[in-house]
Amino acid sequence: MDSIDRRLLDEFQHDLPLVAEPYAAIGRTLGIGEDEVIARLKRLVEAGAVARIGAVMRPHSCGHSTLAAMAVPPERLEAVAALVSAYGEVNHNYQREHRLNLWFVVAAAGPDDVRAVLDDIARRTGIEVLDLPMLEDFHIDLGFPLRWT
Amino acid sequence: MDVNDREADLIGALCGGLPLVSRPFAELGRAVGMDEDEVIARLHALSTRGVIRRLGVIVRHHELGYRANAMVVWDIPDHEVSETGRRLAACPEVTLCYRRPRRPPAWPYTLFTMVHGHDRAEVEAAIAALAVREGVARHPRAVLFSLRRFKQCGARYQRRAAAE
Repeated sequence: MDSIDRRLLDEFQHDLPLVAEPYAAIGRTLGIGEDEVIARLKRLVEAGAVARIGAVMRPHSCGHSTLAAMAVPPERLEAVAALVSAYGEVNHNYQREHRLNLWFVVAAAGPDDVRAVLDDIARRTGIEVLDLPMLEDFHIDLGFPLRWT
Repeated sequence: MDVNDREADLIGALCGGLPLVSRPFAELGRAVGMDEDEVIARLHALSTRGVIRRLGVIVRHHELGYRANAMVVWDIPDHEVSETGRRLAACPEVTLCYRRPRRPPAWPYTLFTMVHGHDRAEVEAAIAALAVREGVARHPRAVLFSLRRFKQCGARYQRRAAAE
């Protein structure tokens, strides 16, 4: 990863130019051509450093979501995690260090769709699913400041 | 819902990421029956209204060396939650900050923050410093380090009926 890659990651987390040829515009800022911007971004996506060029939405502006937690017996964790991840509505699924050891986000069109997924998981696993919807959002999304040390 | 059907279609098409081609907005528009100018105008309007918080490169922390992340949860008295939440959200160490319901007795915590770092020690030091500096060290808290990532992708607000 060179200094151009780092600038691509640092300086374009927001305000992607809303013009017909945004990658050409980025290239003009970085002093490289459009083809090179596209090639570098493809490489960063393949390497896993970039998830996608995309939008971060205000919560609940175009659908409903919740954070859910389960206390899964350790010997069942692998199987229950796989069952949870298989839902298209689940977009994050982490094991965390706590008695409540499985944490995931469910997003769907409406609250009833979200509820249906939680109920389905509880029914199929026999484990209670804690529903922790967002009540207040204090977060100002400025992207993720990277420290290259 | 703060968006109309056309906007919802556009946001849905964008979930998979903006295509890495010379005219990405034109290509995005083809999937939803809009021309390039309409896509750009709608994305501009959604950003101005704050529905789109940011549009750009979405990095993956873990792959960039940020291998430790902790969800730090706080049991803050109800009358102090909003003020404390606004203060913690402004801290450079905090990347997400939400209020969520308590579920006693299993779950007494109501303020959720996320802290990322290169390793566990860095995250622990950041949390301890934050707690003292912001005057929240006296409140009960739990630190839930992430041990394994089973799945991570962008949200798809799909309609169940349409998806089946």
